[in-house]
Amino acid sequence: MSSSDERSDKPDQGGVSRRNFLKGTSLALTIPLVAGGENEVKAAGAEVPILGPGNVNITLNINGVAKQVSVEPRVTLLDALRNDLDITGAKRVCDRATCGACTMIVDGKPVYSCTTLAVEAQGKKIRTVEGLEQNGKLHPVQKAFWDNDAQQCGFCTPGFVMACTALLEKHPAPTPEQIELGVGGNLCRCGTYVGIKAAIAQASGQIRKRGPAKLTRGGKSNG
Amino acid sequence: MAEYKWPEEGKRTHIGKRISRIDGPDKVSGRAKYTYDINRPGMLFAKVVRSPYARAKVVSIDTSVAEKMPGVKAVKIIQEPGKEIQWAGDGIVTVVAETEGQAEDAARAVKVQYEKLTHFVNEQNWDTIPEANRRAPSQNVNGDPDKAFKEADIIFEGAYGNEVITHCCLEPHGLVAEWEGDNNLLVHQSTQSVSANGGQFAQALGIPAGNVRMKMEHIGGGFGSKFPVDSWGIEAARLSKMAGGKPVKLMLERDAELMVAGSRPSLFSKVRVAAKKDGTILGWESQTWGSGGVGNFNFAGLLPYIFRAGVENRKETFSVIGTNTGPQRAWRAPNHPQACLVTMSALDDLAAELKIDPLDLFMKNIDKTGARANVYRDELLKAAEMIEWKKLWRPRGEGAPGSSKTVKRGLGLSIHTWGGQGHASDCDLTIHPDGSVEVKMGTQDLGVGTRTVLAIVAAETLGLPLDAVKVHIGDNRFPVSGGSGGSTTVGGISSSTRRAAVDALTALFEKVAPAMNTAPDKLEAVGGAIRLIEDPSKSMTWKQACAKLGSQPLTTRGKNPDAGKGTLTTGGVGGVQMADVSVDIETGVVKMNNFVAAQDCGLIIDMKTCESQVFGAMIMGVTFALYEERVMDAQTGKMLNPNMEFYRLAGLADIGNFKVHMMTGKGYDERGVIGIGEPPTVSPGAAISNAVANAIGVRVPSIPLTPDRVLAALEKKGGANAKV
Repeated sequence: MSSSDERSDKPDQGGVSRRNFLKGTSLALTIPLVAGGENEVKAAGAEVPILGPGNVNITLNINGVAKQVSVEPRVTLLDALRNDLDITGAKRVCDRATCGACTMIVDGKPVYSCTTLAVEAQGKKIRTVEGLEQNGKLHPVQKAFWDNDAQQCGFCTPGFVMACTALLEKHPAPTPEQIELGVGGNLCRCGTYVGIKAAIAQASGQIRKRGPAKLTRGGKSNG
Repeated sequence: MAEYKWPEEGKRTHIGKRISRIDGPDKVSGRAKYTYDINRPGMLFAKVVRSPYARAKVVSIDTSVAEKMPGVKAVKIIQEPGKEIQWAGDGIVTVVAETEGQAEDAARAVKVQYEKLTHFVNEQNWDTIPEANRRAPSQNVNGDPDKAFKEADIIFEGAYGNEVITHCCLEPHGLVAEWEGDNNLLVHQSTQSVSANGGQFAQALGIPAGNVRMKMEHIGGGFGSKFPVDSWGIEAARLSKMAGGKPVKLMLERDAELMVAGSRPSLFSKVRVAAKKDGTILGWESQTWGSGGVGNFNFAGLLPYIFRAGVENRKETFSVIGTNTGPQRAWRAPNHPQACLVTMSALDDLAAELKIDPLDLFMKNIDKTGARANVYRDELLKAAEMIEWKKLWRPRGEGAPGSSKTVKRGLGLSIHTWGGQGHASDCDLTIHPDGSVEVKMGTQDLGVGTRTVLAIVAAETLGLPLDAVKVHIGDNRFPVSGGSGGSTTVGGISSSTRRAAVDALTALFEKVAPAMNTAPDKLEAVGGAIRLIEDPSKSMTWKQACAKLGSQPLTTRGKNPDAGKGTLTTGGVGGVQMADVSVDIETGVVKMNNFVAAQDCGLIIDMKTCESQVFGAMIMGVTFALYEERVMDAQTGKMLNPNMEFYRLAGLADIGNFKVHMMTGKGYDERGVIGIGEPPTVSPGAAISNAVANAIGVRVPSIPLTPDRVLAALEKKGGANAKV
């Protein structure tokens, strides 16, 4: 069986993922949901902002740039980027946190953006595949994917590139087990795993030579 | 007179080398735009209301609430009341709205009443298939099978099956359609057939074919399922018109993609093989049946796979089973993987019965494979060496070295074939006076490296570096090229491009020769220069030469095929795959250790992307051998796993170690260019099933070899505690 990875479908412990949101709605029916956006009610002792059902204006920090967007609270981070901001590198495939084609790095962790609400990604550092290149030069992981032909149709590639980047930021010299875990949440249909294994080996070697600090935009690595 | 042939081995600069795909940087950076990524100004989103029943009559449809909902721009009924629905997931109504959420809400608000009818969705067991669902059986008898079976030393009987699998393209089927005025349609479609689909839209919509513009830069998988414009393609165009011509994006949801957008037919069989003691095959009998859902398909004429050429005494029957499931579509090497599983499993079982090494049995019968027997022989030897067959193979059930009490290791093999001769293709090649070069063609790159092949062939012919050639594809305004199916693309596009480039170069030589005081046929293009063949020191740079064109660019059209201009592509390849697996007999879990392939495909243009095709095909094969199957629920008639959690694809951790050897050089290169996308997808099911049988001592009759099937086979044999 393919191992499930360390990826989270929620940006952090306090967030509301779409999964939890969906689970929670049946319980929340007793609280009247107020339309309009800025209201707050007390629920179970905690301050809970009630958003929607109409559009809300939010700001997302994407690849170091603040982007304003107006979306319904139910809109996922993936769809907000793809449909409203025309940032289409991350792909929608399974749309339920199985295949990893939508992988983004949020506050240093790989996240399934198809199962993360856009409103919950406010105030977090969102990195997408579009943000990896620096000064027009491919990131070592991107270069390694190209060199090792770790792509065919390429639809899963951005997700794999982000998952591998997150893996190597955490484990610059990953063990085979860490690799299997780190990209175990991504699926490819064309069958590019032989190339992806070689790409991880190449990128890992380069990153170890250069030091992980050079990897990340802003010079900070996780882990 | 120009010569139209491929350069010889010592004279190739790019062809056959390991070249990284030219669109790689676009794909790894997210810049590559797929149909799903197209965002057009004012674009609307379409959603489809689908039948929840496998067979039902539409009684009434109420769209009144949906029509008044926020953002809704159009609601259209596809199947009027009275229509009988034949499979769950078939589209009933489409809605289009400003946002996806609004379109989903409106689709949910459409009220459809159905009258449920009886359905049939499970065709695995011949005895339980209703007579009405068994369509006209075909029978094919050759030679004297009865006599062959009478004279046989041994008659082996077996039963083998392949479940239905779906294409599960990561980019689902879909399009963005928009009107420019009343009469002109612009379509971005995820398709394997850019040049041909404009005409299909035109015909359905009643506009001239020339008024349809088709575009597609990149496609997220097709595997044979993305040729037609599809009913939903036409609906999207109609919805766009209803919404004032605004762009309408209709991409299938994941569940629909698995239910309605393509599947590979199942195939089940009962087989008898007549043989001599030494393993010589004397006769073949098979009863086969399978389902392509509501669609038809023809399986007759393939068994026994490959050995058919030399097994004269044979009888085969085939019945198409109608089921209330989505229609089948071409899936890489249609019918071959199923035929291969049935045949290679039966021969492997025969070898086990005779206590012969299956490699020896295949070698014994190799002449029965026909014209390419020598290729198979060479490939069997090569693959055997790669996997260390002679060192590791043990008789069935004894366990290969490394086996333990509960984990058994085994080896299995299979052989396959395919055609892959190049399709019809036109190519325009332009040399500009500033030295830049463009190639234009209405083809598509399915991820196999089509763009890269075009650049390699043009650059090779013109003596230029790869990045000197700009490649334009994915637009039906470019010269017509065939759809990408049957592994026919690479042979077609490389041939037309070679001819266009040869002609362009000949024309350029004519312009340049006077300035170099020589005749055009005394010139060659090498290393970015035009020079005298006899005296390479007399040369002109490519740029200087192109300046001689004056102000007019030079465009030539190359065609494939083109009588009188040589044969640059042929068809017919062989391939051998061998698998090494470990099976946990307590859990039934199969683990891939090693998987090797020896494969030929004529002259290879790009070794790197060619090998990727073989690796990819084998990995897809591991998936259908071990994991993927469409599971239909007999009671509800629905697919139980139209998602990616339970419609399982292999992950990186599942595949083990792979080795691929491409057969090249003498005997292969002179055959010209032959397609590679399909042949290596054929053998994996058989090779892996044979390896599992070798490991555990009993045949698991059907693929995928899921733990339940493995345990059931062991159970029949006496369970996990039986001596294996």
